[in-house]
Amino acid sequence: MLRMQKLAAQIKDAAKKLLEDKKVDLVVGFAEGSLPLRGTPLFARTPDEADQLTWGRGCENNLANYLRKREEKVAVVAKGCDVRSIVALVKENQINRDNLYIIGVPCSGMIDRKKVEKLLEGRELLAIEDNGDNVVLKGKDFSENVNLADLLHNSCLDCRYGNPVVYDELIGELLPAKEEDDFAEIKAFEAKTAAERRAYLAQEFSKCIRCYACRNACPMCYCTECFVDCSTPEWIGKSAANVQDNILFQAVRVFHSAGRCADCGACERACPMGINLRLLTRKLVKDVKELFNAEAGVNQDDKAALATFTADDPEPFLMKE
Amino acid sequence: MIVSKKDIPNFLDKLISEYQVFAPVKKDTFTVFKQICSGDTAVLVSGNTKLPVKELFFPQSEKLFSYNVTVEGAKLEVPIDDQKKVIFGVRPCDAKSLTLLDKVFNNDKYQDPYYLTRRNNTVLVGIGCNNPASTCFCTSVNGGPFDTKGLDLLLVDTGDAYVVEVVSEKGKELAEKAGFTAASDADKAAAAKAKEAAVVTSQVNLDGLKAKLDVNFYDPIWDKIHEKCLGCGACTYLCPTCHCFDIVDDAVDCNGSRVRNWDSCAFPVFTLHGSGHNPRTSNKERYRNRIMHKFKYFVDNNNEIACVGCGRCIKNCPVNMDIRVVLEDVRGSEARLDS
Repeated sequence: MLRMQKLAAQIKDAAKKLLEDKKVDLVVGFAEGSLPLRGTPLFARTPDEADQLTWGRGCENNLANYLRKREEKVAVVAKGCDVRSIVALVKENQINRDNLYIIGVPCSGMIDRKKVEKLLEGRELLAIEDNGDNVVLKGKDFSENVNLADLLHNSCLDCRYGNPVVYDELIGELLPAKEEDDFAEIKAFEAKTAAERRAYLAQEFSKCIRCYACRNACPMCYCTECFVDCSTPEWIGKSAANVQDNILFQAVRVFHSAGRCADCGACERACPMGINLRLLTRKLVKDVKELFNAEAGVNQDDKAALATFTADDPEPFLMKE
Repeated sequence: MIVSKKDIPNFLDKLISEYQVFAPVKKDTFTVFKQICSGDTAVLVSGNTKLPVKELFFPQSEKLFSYNVTVEGAKLEVPIDDQKKVIFGVRPCDAKSLTLLDKVFNNDKYQDPYYLTRRNNTVLVGIGCNNPASTCFCTSVNGGPFDTKGLDLLLVDTGDAYVVEVVSEKGKELAEKAGFTAASDADKAAAAKAKEAAVVTSQVNLDGLKAKLDVNFYDPIWDKIHEKCLGCGACTYLCPTCHCFDIVDDAVDCNGSRVRNWDSCAFPVFTLHGSGHNPRTSNKERYRNRIMHKFKYFVDNNNEIACVGCGRCIKNCPVNMDIRVVLEDVRGSEARLDS
């Protein structure tokens, strides 16, 4: 808890200074939300407003989503995944890096509210105490001690870029490197038969209500007109009752973010129905890594995987001379 | 009347032979209303279902008619669902939402046969909320944890049993058929005690909100309020009172159907005209519409607020856009009558 409070204070100071010195017009960060374990995006334009900035295990949104096509000078409080998306968006000319000041915060993971809900089995969480490796979940007539690692988002457990890859200012200390991601759950899914995979996807996407929270939470989903909204031609059925259309929507979305997806998990976090969306996004992350030896947004120099070609691509279908 | 909790599965099984019975059932970490084939699958302890009860009357995708055209002419089929149904375990906020939807689908200008047939053929058995969640604010919007509006029967949890309150004729008939025993004075006292002990802690002050919304369409507060909103439809689709829809044709050649789908004011295509013009060009106008529709337009048209305080939008918003905070911000802003 103390560590988080210290980071929050440092973020606040950094933001206030930037606004006071008129280096930026706006700071995008997190304020305390209205529910336990819930940070909520904050747009601070004055040092007073920046006083609401905070940091904690509930700052789960990818703030890169709010940075596209901004006219003003903006500072952003960015975790490792936010920064990867920022880097990818800069390459796509959606963010002008010269107008963006990155307050980087090394991140060891955010708590998954759905995992908390599952653990509490219907009991309502009213408060949470963050004791570092341990958290205490509190509600009416109960208090439970839980290992932090059991509550972190799967995307955070898989994340190898908790440290921002680029920043203008760093808050806190860099975290030690983790081992290479083994994509175990993706390999297990690939090993299933086509019928099993189809059955699993049909079951997952029967839950979809087509609210498009996944699309809208994704910093890389920014088409002026999404193909699902297009009516001439109508590429896809509009009814959520059709599971095949729900899968088609997600499949197109995922293919469109191939080589651009930073695996931040924003889509899955946003889904109100708890659909295992990262199964598909991560399959593409794994494929892009294997076929092109590329990861989205991990450095400023590489071109996006699908926007370039080299004879060294490991993709097996390319013949090297 | 009273029914022991252990007799509920039996009661439901009996109903199943005569009605389609819907009850909350478990799905992953939440519950949803589903048709049940066995009384013991109903989950009665949890709070609100993930999706509101409106989907059983006004489904997310509903076929209005199907058609096929041949050389002999056009054939039209209108599917009207007139199955007799019982929905068991409805929370008072959801039941109240149906009384609001009634005003939309059954008024002097229009009576919707799809919705109304379902409404008329359905008995609603509610369960009061002994433990309202921290996100519940029903008492601020003319509801309450034991409110009977829209229900036919209300069950009050007294520990091992439910005390049954008859609300309507339909409810009375069902209760008589079920053969519930009479509640003793002690049972009634226990029910009264349970009602008293249930406290809705979250209060939203709506004093003066409508008067403000009447004049603040152009208020700069709207420039700020929507800023973090992602423009997804999670709040509208999980809302028990949101009822905007879009009608599309789902057709191949001469065969197809006309389908009514839920729509959301958060979407960019929501008010997109055929001409290409859109009166709500950005998220600001769209989010403003959501608030205005619930707390001004619906009040103007029907003299009721189109929000029942169920808290679903609060719990499920990906960015913690809390409608209670939004309303407080709007109420607290200065009233302006200008543009």
